[in-house]
Amino acid sequence: MSDPEATASSGQAEQQPRLGFFTDTSVCIGCKACEVACKEWNHVPEDGLLLTGMSYDNSVGLGADTWRHVAFIEQRRPARTVLAENGPAGTGDGGEFRWLMSSDVCKHCTHAACLDVCPTGALFRTEFGTVVVQEDVCNGCGYCIPACPYGVIDQRKDDGRAWKCTMCYDRLGAGLEPACAKACPTESIQFGPLDELRERAAGRLADLHEAGVSDARLYGADPGDGVGGDGAFFLLLDEPEVYGLPPDPVVTTRDLPSIWRHAAAAAAMLAAGAAAAFAASGRRR
Amino acid sequence: MAECHPVGFQWVMEAKARGAKIVHIDPRFTRTSALADLHVPLRAGTDIAFLGGIVHYVLSQEKYFREYVLNYTNAATILTQDYADTEDLDGVFAGLDTEHRVYDYRAWQYEGMEVQAASGERDLAYDDRPGDAGASVRQAARGEAHGSGGADVGTGTPRRDETLTHPRCVFQVLKHHFARYTPELVEQVCGVPADVFGRVCELLTENSGRDRTSALVYSVGWTQHTVGVQYVRTASILQTLLGNIGRPGGGILALRGHASIQGSTDIPTLFDLLPGYIPMPHAHSSEDLESFVQAESVRSGFWANMRAYTVSLLKAWWGEAATAETDFCFDYLPRLTGSHSTYETVLAQLAGDCKGYFLLGENPAVGSANGRMQRLAMANLDWLVVRDFSLIESATWWLDGPEIESGELRTEDIRTEVFFMPAAAHTEKSGSFTNTQRMLQWHHTAVEPAGDARSELWFTYHLGRKIREKLGRGPGSADEMNRPVLDLTWDYPTSGRTAEPDSEAVLAEINGWDADGKPLSAYTQLAGDGSTACGCWIYCGCYADGVNQAARRKPGREQSWVAPEWGWAWPANRRVLYNRASADPDGKPWSERKALIWWDQDTGSWTGHDIPDFVPDRAPSYRPPDDATGVDAISGIDPFIMQADGKAWLFAPAGLTDGPLPTHYEPQDSPFRNLLYGQQRNPVRQVTVFRNKHNRLQPSGDEPGSDVFPYVTTTYRLTEHHTAGGMSRFLPYLSELQPEFFCEVSPQLAAERGLEHLGWATIVSARAAIEARVLVTERIRPLTVQGRTLHQVGLPYHWGSNGCTTGDSANDLTALSLDPNVHIQEVKAFACDIRPGRRPRGPARLELVRQYQARAGITDQTGMGL
Repeated sequence: MSDPEATASSGQAEQQPRLGFFTDTSVCIGCKACEVACKEWNHVPEDGLLLTGMSYDNSVGLGADTWRHVAFIEQRRPARTVLAENGPAGTGDGGEFRWLMSSDVCKHCTHAACLDVCPTGALFRTEFGTVVVQEDVCNGCGYCIPACPYGVIDQRKDDGRAWKCTMCYDRLGAGLEPACAKACPTESIQFGPLDELRERAAGRLADLHEAGVSDARLYGADPGDGVGGDGAFFLLLDEPEVYGLPPDPVVTTRDLPSIWRHAAAAAAMLAAGAAAAFAASGRRR
Repeated sequence: MAECHPVGFQWVMEAKARGAKIVHIDPRFTRTSALADLHVPLRAGTDIAFLGGIVHYVLSQEKYFREYVLNYTNAATILTQDYADTEDLDGVFAGLDTEHRVYDYRAWQYEGMEVQAASGERDLAYDDRPGDAGASVRQAARGEAHGSGGADVGTGTPRRDETLTHPRCVFQVLKHHFARYTPELVEQVCGVPADVFGRVCELLTENSGRDRTSALVYSVGWTQHTVGVQYVRTASILQTLLGNIGRPGGGILALRGHASIQGSTDIPTLFDLLPGYIPMPHAHSSEDLESFVQAESVRSGFWANMRAYTVSLLKAWWGEAATAETDFCFDYLPRLTGSHSTYETVLAQLAGDCKGYFLLGENPAVGSANGRMQRLAMANLDWLVVRDFSLIESATWWLDGPEIESGELRTEDIRTEVFFMPAAAHTEKSGSFTNTQRMLQWHHTAVEPAGDARSELWFTYHLGRKIREKLGRGPGSADEMNRPVLDLTWDYPTSGRTAEPDSEAVLAEINGWDADGKPLSAYTQLAGDGSTACGCWIYCGCYADGVNQAARRKPGREQSWVAPEWGWAWPANRRVLYNRASADPDGKPWSERKALIWWDQDTGSWTGHDIPDFVPDRAPSYRPPDDATGVDAISGIDPFIMQADGKAWLFAPAGLTDGPLPTHYEPQDSPFRNLLYGQQRNPVRQVTVFRNKHNRLQPSGDEPGSDVFPYVTTTYRLTEHHTAGGMSRFLPYLSELQPEFFCEVSPQLAAERGLEHLGWATIVSARAAIEARVLVTERIRPLTVQGRTLHQVGLPYHWGSNGCTTGDSANDLTALSLDPNVHIQEVKAFACDIRPGRRPRGPARLELVRQYQARAGITDQTGMGL
């Protein structure tokens, strides 16, 4: 068990390892099968027929109606970072041309701010260590939305409730892998016990570094980061910002305890001041 | 491959993880390029020059696999003195009849011998038959007279020169033919810099030989050209020289456009073939089964058993009625009177000769070349049956098609009666898919089809049943004309609410049975005396022991790496065709690393990981006597057992209508002249028959007016959509991923023509003007071709007027000018103009095209020259 905190609240930490996603973007072919499989399984509605011009990305980002999102980044960079020998496209006009693809998803944070702020208990941590919204409990207050450091969870316009990836909670309960991982043809999306995935990711990273892909890095794999590590983490080939990911996410409720401590201290000060004032005024009388 | 075959691409990614190098050669930088080690953009329509350049490199740098080439190919065979090469005749081969635009292939023969091809154009020699009217065949069908004819290969053995030095041996002819395909020429023709081209040559040759093999993978980017077959021929020559055929990890893999395109040629939906590549008989006078078989058989190899395959097919179709007395009902088979390809059918519709049309899962209004002609032809039908999932454009052109908008057609004037029949999806029916590896995989009904949707099997069976009922009743019922239909074995069991025929019963018939009704297990059991029935001889064994072998799904980890118990591959469950070539002439594997099958001296038989594709007990040392025929004539070192001489053909002495060797020709519409020869285009391409006001062709190269269409364009698919859109544009989840028709252009072209990212562009050819949103992307790169900058325009061809996402059809731009071997359209390379803004509406759209035609000086003669 690598993340007791993430599964502790489920009360089943002893039996069930924490499950997660490892999305290896270095083998993503941008087929979007994950997006479609997710929508099919979870009955997520179509959300707009808009040609964005953002390369082949027409779903723009994660939202209430997009729980898997494939980013397409057409990029020209200095030649020093040439990945293998990417041909004339790589050698002409001032650097290497490459096309990055990456399937984004809810991170199922170890310290999940959405869950912390939910007043109804609609958001809960499952026995698998994942974070899920119960659609029949959510009252649409929307507190969770600004709380998410990744901008993942979102309100559906026509019903007001909050929606996001459940890591196919219903499938996990039946012993199946999530629909996106099942549909992925190149094993870019890998699903399994988080500690195994982290081990595998470390090995893949080492292989890529050895092959000269020095920009490869893991994102969200570190339990020491601002969200205590992600239940869905990534292998990226560039800075997180390139993929639209925050470089240093911090659980927005991280400072709540100290805020409360400060507030309590302030209240105590206030009370003491008031008492002192009364005392002083009493003395003047 | 990642774009159109993402599921298959997982194996490429696995190979890459194990160290394989991936080279992607494509005009565009696609999802495949993104994952490849090397992407090489080239000018669309120049792959023969590119591949020919590699052949030149292999020959001139002596990188070929000499022992393989010497023993397993026809490199040493000496050609007749009549042969003259394109190098000698400025771009044409000996034997060209310029009047009829056909080749007389007799000028391409081996010295002292005449060879027929294993498949394809086996009746080219029909003219040779004494006392028969062969000339009419040639006129009717020109270079592709199918179905019969041809002298048997002469007796004797072709002359060989084992030193490969005779000036007329195939090896030297090949060297001569490709001598000018140098890196410098490749750079000039293809726009690929010589250093990049050199890198490709090195990667391929370094990874070929005894210890290593390379595979070539292609799709319709190679085939949909006026020289499409010759593209693949060039690849075959290259892979044969490198010893990459018949060995694990080698081969040339054709990625198909649909799940069972391989199946639809094995058990064909093509007009010129019967199941198992038996040619369709031609309407030659007084022809019987025996003369058909005689004309079609070849002297040696397994095609010599043609009679057994044909009689067994006739027994499967006409059962009891097919007896020796009735000539096994050979006369019941329809006959060809010429080419009846899809595109000739369109002409016949325009001419009013073809009055009815079935479209089963096909959307020609969007997916076929020259979409306008397709729709105008359908408007001339009496009736049209469309079976599809949704109301595709081919079902509604009479109501809302582009010609209604332009005023060319008026709904109230169209008399075509259109029937729409909803179709069941593959998940709603049982059946098999045959993939590109010739592997049958069975799928079971997961859910019953909704509403009135039915399977193709249901439709065909019940349509046949009703027709037979009608023919069997009434005054005409005794008419002999009806016997072919009434005598058919049309007895498949049905079940369920919809009376769905049992698809396994069809599979059992395809597999075949003996006189006692026992399932056959191998095509070698087939007999020519009527004692066996078999619906497709190459599929014999797929239902061996009465078990659906195609339904086997033993996981790969539970069996050998060849995985013989996953599905079933024809022939005889072999996974690698011609795998005798995986062993050296003595029968030993070329290397341990690449061992597949080998000769076991102790047991006197071939054995190994795969099922040997060879006579099981034929020793490597066996040499046939001169008078041997059929299977007996295959020597111990003849791996290519379906070829008349048992060898891989570097040079094809028969079987192709447009030359024994591939030659670079420019596409029908090209902004460039042919740098290699005076001959600009494939001289025998099928084009003059399509002279039509709706099919105007463009000036090319140095011809005046060529500069009106300065850009090269190519059509293609996107991962998010499927072919003509019938399976994707009507689905919200797919439509939202690629919600509009777009064209892809480079930033340089955008600047040159004032195109704005996400703005509109109008793309014009001599056939049509269409509009598309503009994606400006560095994934399309300008190339330097013949010393000038060439811009290419990318056009996905999925769109039409119906569905969740709509747009103009790229195929409205394309022309009818076909490959003469297989009658496929050239839509992967043509020339266009592009301009900013939306296209005109109504009649002004046609007027714009007319203006372009006038500017380019286009007449009905343009582009029609030899």
